[in-house]
Amino acid sequence: MATVRRVSTSSAGTFPKRVKIVEVGPRDGLQNEKNIVPTATKIKLIDMLSEAGLPVVEATSFVSPKWVPQMADHAEVLKGIQKFPGINYPVLTPNFKGYQAAVAAGAKEVAIFGAASELFTRKNINCSIDESLQRFDEILKAAQAASIPVRGYVSCVLGCPYEGKISPAKVAEVAKKLYSMGCYEISLGDTIGVGTPGIMRDMLSAVMHEVPVAALAVHCHDTYGQALANTLMALQMGVSVVDSSVAGLGGCPYAQGASGNLATEDLVYMLTGLGVHTGVNLQKLLEAGAFICQALNRKTSSKVAQATCKL
Amino acid sequence: MATVRRVLPRRLVSTSSAGTFPKRVKIVEVGPRDGLQNEKNIVPTATKIKLIDMLSEAGLPVVEATSFVSPKWVPQMADHAEVLKGIQKFPGINYPVLTPNFKGYQAAVAAGAKEVAIFGAASELFTRKNINCSIDESLQRFDEILKAAQAASIPVRGYVSCVLGCPYEGKISPAKVAEVAKKLYSMGCYEISLGDTIGVGTPGIMRDMLSAVMHEVPVAALAVHCHDTYGQALANTLMALQMGVSVVDSSVAGLGGCPYAQGASGNLATEDLVYMLTGLGVHTGVNLQKLLEAGAFICQALNRKTSSKVAQATCKL
Repeated sequence: MATVRRVSTSSAGTFPKRVKIVEVGPRDGLQNEKNIVPTATKIKLIDMLSEAGLPVVEATSFVSPKWVPQMADHAEVLKGIQKFPGINYPVLTPNFKGYQAAVAAGAKEVAIFGAASELFTRKNINCSIDESLQRFDEILKAAQAASIPVRGYVSCVLGCPYEGKISPAKVAEVAKKLYSMGCYEISLGDTIGVGTPGIMRDMLSAVMHEVPVAALAVHCHDTYGQALANTLMALQMGVSVVDSSVAGLGGCPYAQGASGNLATEDLVYMLTGLGVHTGVNLQKLLEAGAFICQALNRKTSSKVAQATCKL
Repeated sequence: MATVRRVLPRRLVSTSSAGTFPKRVKIVEVGPRDGLQNEKNIVPTATKIKLIDMLSEAGLPVVEATSFVSPKWVPQMADHAEVLKGIQKFPGINYPVLTPNFKGYQAAVAAGAKEVAIFGAASELFTRKNINCSIDESLQRFDEILKAAQAASIPVRGYVSCVLGCPYEGKISPAKVAEVAKKLYSMGCYEISLGDTIGVGTPGIMRDMLSAVMHEVPVAALAVHCHDTYGQALANTLMALQMGVSVVDSSVAGLGGCPYAQGASGNLATEDLVYMLTGLGVHTGVNLQKLLEAGAFICQALNRKTSSKVAQATCKL
């Protein structure tokens, strides 16, 4: 009989005491949903998410309606939502024109995008990573002058649909650039959900040499069912900001039939069980999820929402 | 910028603490038993046999074939003897069967079983409500099986239910789980599968439960069996792996359900588990492509969609 192993629980067991959840359902989630949702529905969803206590709700994207029809009503949405005190409502601004429109509509925080893959950047916006970041210089300067915080997203941090493997060093390089350009927080996105916990760990190790962990967030897609496990690893590494989407809204433009973001309900369930403070009311969150699924005429992708057993 | 950004000290990153995993993991495929027994639609014997053969082809080292339980209780498993006799027995693959009582054990052996499995629970109330006796009494009932199995050199696997929570008792104390696991192990079970039967567990609770159990049973003799009712199965399994567990139960296509939660999902999906383990560089011996084929086959036969995210993603990378 093998010797009974002495168990040290400290190594696998340290988690942040508080996690800030960034709710991206109204933007990342909805923009990947087929069915166009009326403006009033979007506004109601965001209000319900605010009621549920989420500290950050990404409200919309000031992108051209030609590219993303779902986000065509961005100004109306931003103006129409209730601005709860203590809750931030960042909006995506893909270019300076979008930034100006966002500020005119009352935006108090904006977000910009970079990718850790040259090929992905080339195919999406026909330039190199460096050139894509230069285009944001104008936004960052204006935002700094206006005291508007800017969040930076890095896509494809655990894998790219074109390049395949992505080197952690590359992710660190892009994250560092965004951070030094003035982004207060860098959200590292496993855009196509291909990552697994070891790859998450290696990527974060590299990035954490360049950017303080307190300024990092993870944004996991659940395309291959790995989102919560990858998020758990990130928490163990010290990350305390997690992006997720109510009802697991969204999809993946590179994988038909694939699921979307990590579901906020399932994330909250795990964090609550871990004793981590989120400030979120799960019951109200479930109501927001039920509301938007009905409006979208789709089933929820949240397992917590699917389980009707009351415990 | 609204606020001065604090420059925090750069944290020295040690990857070893969050990063040690077993080099090899033995996957115990419970789809044909735990999965199917919780599916509404009855599946013909030939379909069950074909499923198990496909799972063997996929390289799973252990495939739990059926349960020698009374058809009155579990109609889906009524064809247990036929299934066990009908499947191809691949060399190097084990085909354990559940034996809820001595009668079932005898029938299993007569049908050619080379390994059996018995059940205990970490909850007195759950045991009382399910089989109308206490945990101790339920384990005593297995004495007969263990003695006979030992005499016949038939390995016995022990399952413990409700290790992370109970539909009746709510929280379950890690000490209780350790007590039941220890009993099963000392009675002669070679491996103890710790089941989050209703999927309520989260990684911290998994860690605490395993800490307690590992004081009583060697980690090499432990397995985890997670249900995905609340989407926690893979995260809980990851924690178990970090604790040193190297045997994981899962179900192809995430078959199964939860008798205590209408609409809830079932076991951890084998495809999603294999995807994670492969990414972690852990050896499983499983051919994911063939596993996907087995999952597609049974889902079509059951007329249901897969619960495996890997199977759902049709993007070829």
